[in-house]
Amino acid sequence: MSENHLLELKGVDKRFGAVQALNGVDFHTDAGQVMALVGDNGAGKSTLIKCVAGIHPIDGGEILWDGEHVDIHGPKDAARLGIEVVYQDLALADNLDVVQNMFLGRETRSTFRRLDESRMEKETLGVLKDLSVTTIQSPRQTVAGLSGGQRQSVAVAKAVLWNSKLVILDEPTAALGVAQTRQVLDLVKRLGEQGLAVVIVSHNMSDIFEVADCITVLRLGQNVAEFKRSETTQREVVEAITAGTLHTVPGMQEEEVVK
Amino acid sequence: MSGTAVEPSPSAPSTDTPIARGGLTGYARQWIDNVRAGDLGILPILVGIIVIGIYFQARNSNFLTAGNFVNLIAQMSPFAIIGMGMVFVLLLGEIDLSVGYVSGMGGVVAAVLLEPGKGQWPTWLALTAAIGTGVGIGLFQGFFVSRIGVPSFVVTLAGLLAWNGVVLQVIGSKGTIVIQDKLVIGLANDNLSHTLAWIVLIVSVALYLGVQLATVYRRRQAGLANVPMALIAIRTVLLAGIGIFVVEWADTDRGIPYVGLLMLVLLVFWTFVATRTRFGRHIYAVGGNAEAARRAGISVKNVKLVVFAICSAMAALGGIVLASRLSSVDTSTGGGTVLLYSIAACVIGGTSLFGGRGKVSSAILGAIVIAMIDNGLGLLNVSAGTKFVITGIVLLAAVTLDSLSRRKSVASGRA
Repeated sequence: MSENHLLELKGVDKRFGAVQALNGVDFHTDAGQVMALVGDNGAGKSTLIKCVAGIHPIDGGEILWDGEHVDIHGPKDAARLGIEVVYQDLALADNLDVVQNMFLGRETRSTFRRLDESRMEKETLGVLKDLSVTTIQSPRQTVAGLSGGQRQSVAVAKAVLWNSKLVILDEPTAALGVAQTRQVLDLVKRLGEQGLAVVIVSHNMSDIFEVADCITVLRLGQNVAEFKRSETTQREVVEAITAGTLHTVPGMQEEEVVK
Repeated sequence: MSGTAVEPSPSAPSTDTPIARGGLTGYARQWIDNVRAGDLGILPILVGIIVIGIYFQARNSNFLTAGNFVNLIAQMSPFAIIGMGMVFVLLLGEIDLSVGYVSGMGGVVAAVLLEPGKGQWPTWLALTAAIGTGVGIGLFQGFFVSRIGVPSFVVTLAGLLAWNGVVLQVIGSKGTIVIQDKLVIGLANDNLSHTLAWIVLIVSVALYLGVQLATVYRRRQAGLANVPMALIAIRTVLLAGIGIFVVEWADTDRGIPYVGLLMLVLLVFWTFVATRTRFGRHIYAVGGNAEAARRAGISVKNVKLVVFAICSAMAALGGIVLASRLSSVDTSTGGGTVLLYSIAACVIGGTSLFGGRGKVSSAILGAIVIAMIDNGLGLLNVSAGTKFVITGIVLLAAVTLDSLSRRKSVASGRA
């Protein structure tokens, strides 16, 4: 175990006008660990992810990467650190094929600024194989023709392709059937086994208890609890989600802090 | 370590694509499957061209003569050239309604600068200025679309009005400016010599074959599935055959007009940009899913800005060709059917108005259909009114076919 967490957030604040979306949130995750981020709607899960991904700048607190202070000003900064996010709506272009989507925005080129299609296709096949994604017939298939599970696999493979160290998955199983959820959960486990840090946001307790090593609970923009999966129960986590102790009650003065 | 918790998957490893199996027959079977599933490719337009050709030839035996064939090439060229720029805008899911009068601006700027007399510019400079005018207009309109977020429909509708006004102002009381510059006139009215046409043909076929073989070689190096060699051979022979036929047929009359060569060069260039460059890939991505493109770090705004500049520049170039065909510009330059024929060419050729789907070559194919109808109805002495009605029906039929095939491909999961 190294001294530093791979990613550590210390007292992160984020406001949208009058709304305090994140209030002094501490959060951390390590390589080879699957961290689940749970909470009710509006608890700040998506905001937290977007702050790490560089989509929202943070208003207060600090982000540490491998123990070093970092400023993440945009998605490119996050990508440079090795942070990849797989969004709920997947962010794949339907009209492009699997290879084209995997390399979107980071296409490799050969002479005369031409796209190096054969190299991109080869690397795509390699990543799909590493992740044991066997359901995609041809890497030249357009994404429009893929099932939800296959799309999710492409999105995850896309995140892994870039030697990323931290992969964040936003509701990866929300819209999937049973068999496809299976595929994706296997994929998530494999990411952790390959030594990546994984953060998974989900509402589904059984999914979380299947893949996560640790669970962080957010409630009303605050970190209210942290569990090790092996030492907790679904009931305990649900209680934290709905009634976890807040260090500040939103709308009240700072002095009237409730214990 | 990896795979311990994984259940064995029922399907085979995906290292070989379905393409790899079965060679040529496998390819043919896959093509038939695609057509059945609603992915018609260029099939409808080829059928359309043949049907239109037979119909007009039956009604008027002058239609399929070499002389009229040469006319057709010149007639389709402005719509094809403007359409090639339009394809990029349509790929974004946007529209440019100003191309008609922007083409008028291109023609007028070239004509005014080349007017004989004291202030006459050198030809190349005048043409650069005319196309530069197009780039400027495109950047101006693209600015409002990409940075301010005004819908392109409105911005370019305003452009349609305003540039029409500018054309009227510039031409003013003169009414007509006759073009006397040899190069500009020659563009649509002079023809390639037999030798030059053959050189172009041989170079084109060799280039095509070279690119195909290089792709096969690279894919083989990378250990990827390849298209069967027989298919490449068939395609090359087909291309060469069509090329020889076109060149020899045109040469029994005046020969291929220079605009024919210009269209070919533009087609190759813009197809390269659209399919082989990062910028082209980003255009498709923005048209397919702008949010995905943005999250992938693509500057959606810049892509839009540049695409509008390309479209207007191509419109200006099309305007020069149009002016060359008519040997003059007047107050109605760029008006009439230019805008609608150019958009219709792209759509008939198979480019979707919803963005993300289309090819540069669709502008050429569509322009062939439009020019054939226009030309054929002209030979039959049909009134302008009837002409428009029929062209409208063809456009509607093309879009209907596209929508139906799309519905079918959605149903079969290929969208």
